[in-house]
Amino acid sequence: MGQITLQSVHKSFGPLNIIKDANLDIEDGSFVVFVGPSGCGKTTLLRLIAGLEDVTSGQILIDGRNVVNVPPAKRGLSMVFQSYALYPHMSVRGNIAFGLKMAGMPRPEIDRKVEAAAATLNLTSYLDRKPRELSGGQRQRVAIGRAIVREPKAFLFDEPLSNLDAALRVQMRMEVTRLQKQLATTAIYVTHDQVEAMTMADRIVVLNAGRVEQYGTPLELYDRPVNLFVAGFIGSPKMNFVSGLPASLHGAATIGIRPEHLRVVGDGEGWPGRVSVAEHLGSDTFLYVDAAELGLLTVRGLGEVHLKGGDRVWLSPDPARLHRFDKEGVAIRP
Amino acid sequence: MARRVSPTRIVVSTVAAWACGLLIFFPILWMVLASFKTELEAFAIPPSFLFFEWTTENYITVQTRSDYFHHAMNSIVIAGGSTIIAALIAVPAAWSMAFAPTRRTKDILLWMLSTKMMPAVGVLVPIYLIFKNLDLLDTRVGLVAILCLGNLPIVVWMLFTYFKEIPRDILEAARMDGATVERELIYVLTPMAIPGIASTLLLNLILAWNEAFWTLNLSTSQAAPLTVFIASYSSPEGLFWAKLSAASTMAIAPILVLGWFSQRQLVRGLTFGAVK
Ligand SMILES: Nc1ncnc2c1ncn2[C@@H]1O[C@H](COP(=O)(O)OP(=O)(O)O)[C@@H](O)[C@H]1O
Ligand SMILES: [Mg+2]
Repeated sequence: MGQITLQSVHKSFGPLNIIKDANLDIEDGSFVVFVGPSGCGKTTLLRLIAGLEDVTSGQILIDGRNVVNVPPAKRGLSMVFQSYALYPHMSVRGNIAFGLKMAGMPRPEIDRKVEAAAATLNLTSYLDRKPRELSGGQRQRVAIGRAIVREPKAFLFDEPLSNLDAALRVQMRMEVTRLQKQLATTAIYVTHDQVEAMTMADRIVVLNAGRVEQYGTPLELYDRPVNLFVAGFIGSPKMNFVSGLPASLHGAATIGIRPEHLRVVGDGEGWPGRVSVAEHLGSDTFLYVDAAELGLLTVRGLGEVHLKGGDRVWLSPDPARLHRFDKEGVAIRP
Repeated sequence: MARRVSPTRIVVSTVAAWACGLLIFFPILWMVLASFKTELEAFAIPPSFLFFEWTTENYITVQTRSDYFHHAMNSIVIAGGSTIIAALIAVPAAWSMAFAPTRRTKDILLWMLSTKMMPAVGVLVPIYLIFKNLDLLDTRVGLVAILCLGNLPIVVWMLFTYFKEIPRDILEAARMDGATVERELIYVLTPMAIPGIASTLLLNLILAWNEAFWTLNLSTSQAAPLTVFIASYSSPEGLFWAKLSAASTMAIAPILVLGWFSQRQLVRGLTFGAVK
């Protein structure tokens, strides 16, 4: 079991309010991603759950039990650090076995579990190496091995892939997701990369300046962002925001149109503009269109779109996929 | 990315490195050579380099005139003792300052270091009087105490920088893995700190071994370490270059051997851990 609930959790460092009233319900077995810009408090929130920081007020429940006064080791969670934090003087085997050794598990059982974890992570032939003799990706696997071998109630990941190169990151992303589904263990995963969040998560927590802005499935966040911040943060390329007359025509202070919901239409039919840059990727074409007082708009065309820098275009939003926001930036629902 | 180095550059830098090395080593080499010369040859001008009559007479004279082993033993006791006691005090002190700092920790460290900024001679008279009144003059206990106290600030400071280097993440990982404080100390912290502790203590040992101000001023014979033994050849009956060199060679030999075998640790110590 690994059901985690946060009730009005606050955290201050001295006079600084870092986490402001976090309320979350994390279901057993789900993969939850905390995403937000750098410095918004993701790591702090994760460390509060881990017990590495004490809450200023509020409750953290694990399987219904309030753990705010329980030390980290007794919470039954395991953590994968951004820096991997492997024990440099121990072999891979020693690193993975350490938690079990501390728990006083008998030697044969430890060996069996370490071998099994190593096999899952393709580390069998490296068991006797020291961390410094491993590549970044392998160290990452050891850190994950150390986490899974203890069969925790939940895994906590703090930007575990940020030190890997792009190709490896994509591969590890898939492996982590697959492993989590296979073990059916709750996972909380921190990242600042919204693509990572969208691809891995069952549910996403969008954090901004210590506040939970929205909690929902990736598609909920994509289709129904609750405010401008979430709308701008989720989705790549970023959503276009238009205010002024076109927005008031839709009864909003600001309207948001995702690049994939902005279409190039016939001459004279929509918002006029001039292509400033056209990126042809083959599968997609990104047009950056200078649309006079509306600003720079991004358009994502499917496949090849035969336009180039300097061309005049007319753009029209897909009315069904338009997002409307009021003066405070809160989404207006019909 | 590896830089491309042309063969001429390699030759030039190798020659330059050897030249620097020899230049720095030259005084020691000269001292060793002089120790095998006769007194007459030792201050002959122009000096002879390798082609003189080699003799071990100086070593024999030095050993018969003053007991090398007596002084060597004193050096071992004083340098070793002050290092061990400094370690016993400094390790826990630096430990707590690195891992449980308070708002005043930085100030305390700076204050401790500030004691090293005062010239030792400034407190010679009071210290001498204290030693005299406590009957500590010319005792090993007294010298151990003064050298230990004198080096403590540097030892604490060095250990503190080493401990500070140990990543917090790793300690937290150990906590998450269920290690109690004691087990974290035994299985994680200590093994990671040992290289730093070793190089610090090694450096302290060498500093204490070569310390001459306090040992010369506070001891004469009973507790006198090798520094006093060397100094005894430098003035009273005029200068005896060859015997002085022989005494010095014998005095630095043990520490030179120790230094040779622990070069890596020593360099780490001297650079405060910047070189891994
Ligand atoms: N121990 C601490 N003392 C004071 N401020 C802290 C401490 N830890 C984090 N902070 C502050 O809390 C904010 C959030 O930090 P963090 O949770 O690490 O952000 P994120 O992981 O989202 O990048 C930052 O502004 C950071 O400076
Ligand atoms: Mg962070």
